[in-house]
Amino acid sequence: MTASVSYLFLQHYWWVIGALLASLLVFLMFVQGGQTFILGLGKKDAEKTMIVSALGRKWEFTFTTLVTFGGAMFASFPLFYATSFGGAYWVWMTILFSFIIQAVAYEFRSKPSNFLGAKTYEVFLFANGLIGPLLIGAAVATFFTGSAFRLDEMNHVIWQSPWKGLEAVANPINVSLGLAVLFLTRILGLLYLMNTIDDPELNERARKKLLANTIVFLVFFLTFVIWMVLAKGYAYDPDTKNVFMEPFKYLHNLLQMPVVLVIFLVGVVLVLWGLFLALFKGSNNAIWHTGIGTVLTVFALFLVVGFHHTAFYPSSYDLQSSLTIENASSSYFTLKVMAWVSILVPFVLAYIWYAWKAINVKKITKEEVTAAGETHMY
Amino acid sequence: MIQHFDMSLVDWSRGQFALTALYHWLFVPLTLGLSFIIAIMETIYVKTGDPVWKKITKFWMTIFGINFAIGVATGIILEFEFGTNWSKYSWFVGDIFGAPLAIEGILAFFMESTFIAVMFFGWEKVSKKFHLASTWLTAIGSNLSAMWILIANAWMQNPVGMHFNPDTARNEMLSFGDVVFSPTAVNKFLHTVTQGYVLASIVVLAISAWFLLKNREVLFAKRSMVVGSVFGLIGIIMVIYTGDGSARQVSKTQPMKFASMEALYEGQSHAPLVAFGIMGKQEENMPGKHPFPLRIEIPGMLSYLADHNSGTYVPGIKDLIYGNKEHNILSLDEKAERGSVAIQTLKELRDAKTTDPEKYKELRAKFEDPQWMKNYFSFFGYGYYKGEKPSTLLPNVSMTFYSFHLMVLLGFFFLLVLLLALIWSIKDRLAGKKWFLWVLIWTAPLAYLATELGWLVAEIGRQPWVIQNLMPNLAAVSNISATTVQITFWMFAVTFTILAIAELKIMFRQIGLGPKEGGH
Ligand code: HDD
Ligand code: HEM
Ligand code: HEM
Repeated sequence: MTASVSYLFLQHYWWVIGALLASLLVFLMFVQGGQTFILGLGKKDAEKTMIVSALGRKWEFTFTTLVTFGGAMFASFPLFYATSFGGAYWVWMTILFSFIIQAVAYEFRSKPSNFLGAKTYEVFLFANGLIGPLLIGAAVATFFTGSAFRLDEMNHVIWQSPWKGLEAVANPINVSLGLAVLFLTRILGLLYLMNTIDDPELNERARKKLLANTIVFLVFFLTFVIWMVLAKGYAYDPDTKNVFMEPFKYLHNLLQMPVVLVIFLVGVVLVLWGLFLALFKGSNNAIWHTGIGTVLTVFALFLVVGFHHTAFYPSSYDLQSSLTIENASSSYFTLKVMAWVSILVPFVLAYIWYAWKAINVKKITKEEVTAAGETHMY
Repeated sequence: MIQHFDMSLVDWSRGQFALTALYHWLFVPLTLGLSFIIAIMETIYVKTGDPVWKKITKFWMTIFGINFAIGVATGIILEFEFGTNWSKYSWFVGDIFGAPLAIEGILAFFMESTFIAVMFFGWEKVSKKFHLASTWLTAIGSNLSAMWILIANAWMQNPVGMHFNPDTARNEMLSFGDVVFSPTAVNKFLHTVTQGYVLASIVVLAISAWFLLKNREVLFAKRSMVVGSVFGLIGIIMVIYTGDGSARQVSKTQPMKFASMEALYEGQSHAPLVAFGIMGKQEENMPGKHPFPLRIEIPGMLSYLADHNSGTYVPGIKDLIYGNKEHNILSLDEKAERGSVAIQTLKELRDAKTTDPEKYKELRAKFEDPQWMKNYFSFFGYGYYKGEKPSTLLPNVSMTFYSFHLMVLLGFFFLLVLLLALIWSIKDRLAGKKWFLWVLIWTAPLAYLATELGWLVAEIGRQPWVIQNLMPNLAAVSNISATTVQITFWMFAVTFTILAIAELKIMFRQIGLGPKEGGH
């Protein structure tokens, strides 16, 4: 990375990394989706233990991705970090709070003398499964719909609503995306459990729940997508940096960035293909299709909202306060240093992949979770 | 100037950060040390093939897992609190401060969470060698995560490697190497992780001592104690060495903190070190001055500590407030005056930017002039305090003093305890020394006390600065209402307390069950 790499290139590069982390996060929230079934899907204790164990081996990973997303945004787009977290205080606090109670739940639930009782920890898991995806989805929707804030002359955020971000759920479009994400993660959760647990009875019960969740997901997802292609979007002039509303902005972005359009379409098709396999072909491996589809779809949505002279964190109250990848980023130097660090990312992914494969060679069975002894149990 | 700020918001935000950080810190040091202790134990198991060592390893892993979960739970809120509660700060320094935080996530947290999964779930599934490597990588990962966040913290105490960009009104990074290898960062990292090794060793010794007292699991306890006391003794020697290094750094970069640590009011050369002291009430009209009804001093020691030369002049709180011409120390009034010139210049520059290009250019040049930057800009943060009483710029002297002295005292006490533990465990005399086993058990809470005290010294001693000399806490806080922060403060206080009770109950129960039924 020599000096010939332009500032603008690095800003785009870091937006891609952010988008990648965000899309991986949505996929990995299959853990949260799975948690919403904790009170209903497992009928017997051993079944519940299998579900908790299957999810419990992956929760750290989702959690860490969320944390890393926060850190990466702090480093590469600090004005976004300061504006969104400092402004939409209650949304983020609520999301974080749900993750705090999740983090202890797996380890503490089945231990003796756990003070609150196993049931409470299951409620914690359920609450996190519900609140996490719903509010994260709604927060991401505000990237398209905008929020009411203003930046003062020192670039400090002044949020206009006393609800500090929670007002986002009063907007039906935000709610649609929130619910779409929630039901998507529930679908992914079911597919993951079907893939990981070797228990025909449980698998069939999961498959039965899949259809209803798919229908609800499609309704809300399509609502959002249709709104998006028809909506006015927040555009800015590349020369004057002036922000203005452009009719069909997001549709234009899709059409003028064909690569993004292709990623988006391939993603959606893969999601549906996986669901088709699971629902009608009896497949237990559909998590791969639907999971990769999810990553591609979310990735494309982030590119739509961040690239092509679009304000990715727009203010509906004061257009010129809107954040773009150009005005919200770190300095050239920092982005460059960080770009060097990012070279290590494939290496990190490789060892994660290797370690996962190593411990996933065997599926989870009733015998394993009921046998006393060797492995760490939740 | 500070009447423009909502001080109750500032105080509640500080309170919330302190609360969440102190809770996080209850669990982190044990992780830092115990992860290595487990790795050492498992290495012995793999080398010898002795199943007793496997049992030992697994027991301590259970303890580790319980502690780790709540460490993670309390950590996530800290990471986002910079944005939610200190958003002006986050923008001002995101360019520099965000980088270590992001690297921490990408490199350290993923390492930790991936290999911890192998460590817990892989016993039956991967080879012994791969499992052992995973245990070591978990330990390295947890210590790496400590490294990056401590680099970030050290930068706030001693901001280096950056320059100020007046156009964006914030600091931008110039040299990543300077940030990472600043002497403050190096000392802080080493002092903090090694004190984690000490704390974990003491916990291992205390729990093992309990088994010996009950006459249960004798072999398990004795072997654990050998590992614990060797590791702990090495740790405490490093702690004392790096603590001395930290003190020297503080004396150079944060003289007010240094003076407060010793409650040194009048500066002097051949300054003595207070080995033990009890403070009286602060004297009226003399901010920061406390009489000492009782104090025992080591002559010249403080000067020696500051510079390895007992003749060195150490400025006192009075010199730092009122200035001292002879030693070239500016008064707070003078610093506030210069700081407000810097603030004013920045304002004018921003106004001129669109209206008066000539003036803009002229002002812009000042920010490129090293002399002007040194004489004016380096006091930027003091400008907020123009016309204020000096006491608004003083840390809590008695709290800093007592925290520091108790920490150091405990440090030497741990040295003694760990030395005795090592000698007697090698000679296999521990089981007979009931009184000493009780001492070990009671040393564990003291280790937790010492580590929290350390952070109190570091963080309270630097008040009111969030970034030394550049940004005071009142300029860092988010635009939210104090009531909002009060609500989240109590939310966290209640939740963390409940979770901490749960963790302690589970922990004590697992210890009571002993290594056989350890659950893994
Ligand atoms: C990277 C930065 C960083 C790190 C690693 C820590 N802190 Fe800190 N701390 C801050 C950054 C900070 C801060 C954001 O800068 C605060 C908030 C307001 C302030 O003045 O400093 C602060 C305040 C603060 C206070 C309040 C001081 C006062 O208001 O008088 C306490 C007691 C602590 N912290 C304790 C800790 C503990 C126990 C830590 C160990 C985990 C810790 N800090 C790590
Ligand atoms: C204010 C500063 C801090 C922030 C923002 C912070 C953030 C976090 C976060 C988000 C986690 C969970 C990571 C995961 O997903 O696994 C965590 C865990 C951890 N942190 Fe912190 N942390 C801070 C202070 C510290 C300090 C000072 C240290 C050590 C010197 C430290 C060491 C650790 C370790 C070892 C873990 C692993 C879990 C544990 O046992 O606690 N942290 N921290
Ligand atoms: C025995 C001699 C010791 C000396 C001379 C010493 C010195 C210091 C000094 C000067 C600081 C402040 C550094 C700063 O503000 O930047 C500090 C901080 C700290 N100390 Fe100690 N210390 C000693 C023992 C201990 C012990 C025994 C523990 C815990 C078991 C401990 C834990 C800490 C911690 C956690 C911090 C905060 C992190 C940091 O700023 O480095 N120290 N110590």
